Amino acid sequence: MNATLIHHDTHDTRPENARAGSRPGTGARWLASDALVLITRGLRHTLRSPDSMITSVALPIMLMLMFVYVFGGAIEGGIEHVAPVAYVDYVVPGVILLTAGFGAAITAINVTNDMSTGVIDRFRSLPIGNWIVVLGHVVASLARNLFATALVVGVALLIGFRPTASVLEWAAAIGAITLFVLMMTWVSVLFGLIAKTPDGASGFTFFVLFLPYVSSAFVPPETMPSVLHGFAEHQPVTPIIETVRGLLTGTPIGNSAWLAIAWCVGILVLVMPISGRLFRRRTTS
Amino acid sequence: MENTVIREGMATVKPTRQAAIHASGLRKSFKDSAVLDGVDLDVDTGTMLALLGPNGAGKTTTVRILSTLLPFDGGEATISGYDVACEPDEVRRVMGITGQYATVDEVLTGRENLVMIGRLYHLGKAAARARADTLLHQFDLVDAADRAVRTYSGGMRRRLDLAASLIADPPVIFLDEPTTGLDPRSRQAMWDVIRGLVASGTTILLTTQYLEEADQLADRVAVIDHGRIIADGTAAELKQRVGTERLELSFEHTADLAAARTALGVEDLHVDEEALRLSTAVGGPDEVRDVLNALGQVPVRATDLQLSRPTLDDVFFDLTGQARPDGDGTRTTARAVATEGADAA
Ligand SMILES: Nc1ncnc2c1ncn2[C@@H]1O[C@H](COP(=O)(O)OP(=O)(O)OP(=O)(O)O)[C@@H](O)[C@H]1O
Ligand SMILES: [Mg+2]
Repeated sequence: MNATLIHHDTHDTRPENARAGSRPGTGARWLASDALVLITRGLRHTLRSPDSMITSVALPIMLMLMFVYVFGGAIEGGIEHVAPVAYVDYVVPGVILLTAGFGAAITAINVTNDMSTGVIDRFRSLPIGNWIVVLGHVVASLARNLFATALVVGVALLIGFRPTASVLEWAAAIGAITLFVLMMTWVSVLFGLIAKTPDGASGFTFFVLFLPYVSSAFVPPETMPSVLHGFAEHQPVTPIIETVRGLLTGTPIGNSAWLAIAWCVGILVLVMPISGRLFRRRTTS
Repeated sequence: MENTVIREGMATVKPTRQAAIHASGLRKSFKDSAVLDGVDLDVDTGTMLALLGPNGAGKTTTVRILSTLLPFDGGEATISGYDVACEPDEVRRVMGITGQYATVDEVLTGRENLVMIGRLYHLGKAAARARADTLLHQFDLVDAADRAVRTYSGGMRRRLDLAASLIADPPVIFLDEPTTGLDPRSRQAMWDVIRGLVASGTTILLTTQYLEEADQLADRVAVIDHGRIIADGTAAELKQRVGTERLELSFEHTADLAAARTALGVEDLHVDEEALRLSTAVGGPDEVRDVLNALGQVPVRATDLQLSRPTLDDVFFDLTGQARPDGDGTRTTARAVATEGADAA
């Protein structure tokens, strides 16, 4: 009667050396293997949650269409004196950054999910470095965001975005975007570790959405009231947008590139160790 | 052989003449409240210990400490000779744990979960797949294997969780309430799996609130309450503490009761004048026959006869000093009789 539920092995697939408590090996090769397994997991999570894909791709595209077609005509005239280009060329780099940040915010939810369900205990009971679980999410976030960014650029080209970048400039732009995504992802990891519930973690999305609005993404900061202007000029998103915009459409970059790198690296240097410590604390109590 | 763990790349051979699972004086406090107050445990290689205790006794805390998931404040613990505090990676290589709450990835399918864990144990791609197949088959999850775990029932999740902890065929396994929330059929099936594990030489520490489960499965039972082990022994030994089997007889008239009392003339006789009942300890079928023969010598009529065996419930309530859920037990439940016996002893 129980035989219907539990079947006994016909052939033995038990790992040969498990009983001896040893594993085939440790070291860099296995570290890479562990990382690959968990990155695959992260990517599967991304692919299996269509709503997060929609949020990270469809929403930025809709925003872009709205700004270009609905507000574009009105804004173009208003910003001509500071940004004498077609509005679509002005706005696309901003939308690209918005896309990148948006997708990164999903990492916060994924991390909180792992920490608040039992999954983390399973990983912790394995003889692997636990932080690789986080690495899996970070790499998946990079892949997800770069894919979303590529889609957004594709649509932008269809609606008249005309970049003037050379191959080298494209490469530099992709590098800048990747650095930004990495920074946003790690900040997102930190939020995910602080939040107690996935709902709390999703609050991070609003924060991420807010930053590009008060930057040079949609309108030049010069056209904003003075308080907002000051903030927009000195927040991390603006120099990154200016850098990407300069690389893709040939507007002057000035010292934006250095500022962008300084912001991203500075935030990473700050956030990564804090996340590491928080992760350790949350996985040892 | 299983006592000896040979680590690759190191010339050290670690003989573990001590128990596969060993803990002494384990202490743990959360903030100011002491949750474990000096827990001592020893589980010999190839045997199973059931850790029995009420809600909040500290079962999960003990298991999480022993499986390296939770740091502890005092005492020492070793698994297969490896120190839980100092050698967590070695401990993780020789043990598997199925926690009280499922630890499977809801987004992935059952098969993906198992293959992923197999690969993290470095089984290699093909071996991990083969092992996952075997376990899916063994736990009757083949039909659901390629569905997201999100769609699994509670019982399926528990089975998958146990399968996940068996992937590397670890010599030591912790099972935290493995059958809580399972229907009777699944529970039986789970018991079969657990018995199979012990039969193949696995050392198991199982926690449970089901007294019957401990009785059915474990070589030894440790009762935990308020973070202390308050009793430890075989199920039979624990029952002995409460009393042996008792034969209980009910009568219609006071005269019958008195006559039976005289006829039996044994020392260990419980007489309840009001309920017209008496009970006596019996060591086995032979003694039951003796009692009935003795009664046959006199003209009395018993209206009811009942043989009651002390259960682990009795042990449990006796040791933890908790009030019985079935009240003062005027009617003859098997448990009530056994407790009376214990009180008298
Ligand atoms: N993280 C924690 N912080 C504070 N108290 C905790 C924590 N974990 C457990 N406790 C407390 O420790 C005590 C023992 O908990 P534990 O989970 O070990 O009990 P248990 O025997 O497994 O109970 P159950 O049968 O309900 O699973 C409980 O009083 C619980 O409230
Ligand atoms: Mg528990």
